[in-house]
Amino acid sequence: MASPTPTDTAAHDTSQIPAPEGSITVTVRILRFNPEFDDEPHWESYDVPALPTDRVLNLLINIKSYVDGTLSFRRSCAHGICGSDAMQINGVNRLACKVLIKDLLAKGNKRTTISVAPIKGLPQMKDLYVDMEPFFEAFKAVKPYLIAYGNEPTHERIQSQADRERFDDTTKCILCACCTTSCPVFWSDGSYFGPAAIVNAHRFIFDSRDEGSEERLDILNDTEGVWRCRTTFNCTDACPRGIQVTKAIQEVKQALLFKRV
Amino acid sequence: MSTESLTLDKPRSPRRPAARRNNFELYSWLFMRLSGLALVVLVLGHLFIMNILDDGVHRINFAFVAGRWASPFWQFWDLAMLWLAQLHGGNGMRTIIEDYARKDTTRFWLKMLLYVSIALILAVGTLVIFTFDPNIAG
Repeated sequence: MASPTPTDTAAHDTSQIPAPEGSITVTVRILRFNPEFDDEPHWESYDVPALPTDRVLNLLINIKSYVDGTLSFRRSCAHGICGSDAMQINGVNRLACKVLIKDLLAKGNKRTTISVAPIKGLPQMKDLYVDMEPFFEAFKAVKPYLIAYGNEPTHERIQSQADRERFDDTTKCILCACCTTSCPVFWSDGSYFGPAAIVNAHRFIFDSRDEGSEERLDILNDTEGVWRCRTTFNCTDACPRGIQVTKAIQEVKQALLFKRV
Repeated sequence: MSTESLTLDKPRSPRRPAARRNNFELYSWLFMRLSGLALVVLVLGHLFIMNILDDGVHRINFAFVAGRWASPFWQFWDLAMLWLAQLHGGNGMRTIIEDYARKDTTRFWLKMLLYVSIALILAVGTLVIFTFDPNIAG
């Protein structure tokens, strides 16, 4: 992926966007890319009205609705659950539907500028829209489903609260790719499984009902597995669900090291 | 961007023999931690003896080095420092090359260069420690 160029193109007419009472004008810079016309991604600026209680996603939707309908980005539930709208906002990976404008306002009376770029390390298809396939390939590779042998129990598979607690944190993952695309190892070496895949492997490795731990640990013991992790904690910082991602990776390393789950 | 259907294993597929486990990455990770700990003691001790103790750096000359290497303890100390530092640093470089080399050929040749330099320095260093002759002083 080409690096962003510093030149911003001419201003856009944003007068059609309704400006509710109490709104202020902020500048939204978007790293745009249209594969049909552009050789490289470039920044474009939009001066848009925003309420402090707005989310970044609101501004993007306004730009798409009133200024330029070709602006492309993913979003679905818009409430931080589906994990569609992961993007790099002011240099950090966040869900656009969870970042409030009031938390991004510039200090004093300075004009607020919000930079929005696609998540890094995955091919940029158009604007903020990236090809997630490599991310899901890694996810699939760790077998993220229950593996159990023998006869099926007639009732549900019973589990104690303490056993459930062990992998509780990693069940929260919504596969938004914020963590994986914040990982410098993933940026430089796309074949690394990435934090999200390890989190989802962790969810089953430490599940007392699952019998596929050994297979998954073998997969993660590979050259591109957990040993590539440098504990930079970017993933933990990026996770919109507050998962202790680096801790989960360390627990997988520990399980491999002591051959004990 | 592939549109073909997912190729997932059936969850109920029979248990297969565990894949042949290659623990190289695990051991190299563990080695980094252990050698790192050992190097803290070895290198800080070395710096303390060479630079601070007694007259520090001012007393270092051929005779001083010859005197230390007369003892198997210091020979072993320096040998351990040489090997651990080389392998620790070399393994770190290997990881960096794995991360940043973009083409397989670049990665291969950088690693070869690294391995040859490690082997060369280890060989020369070890040779000097064991064959050091205190009587060649002019």
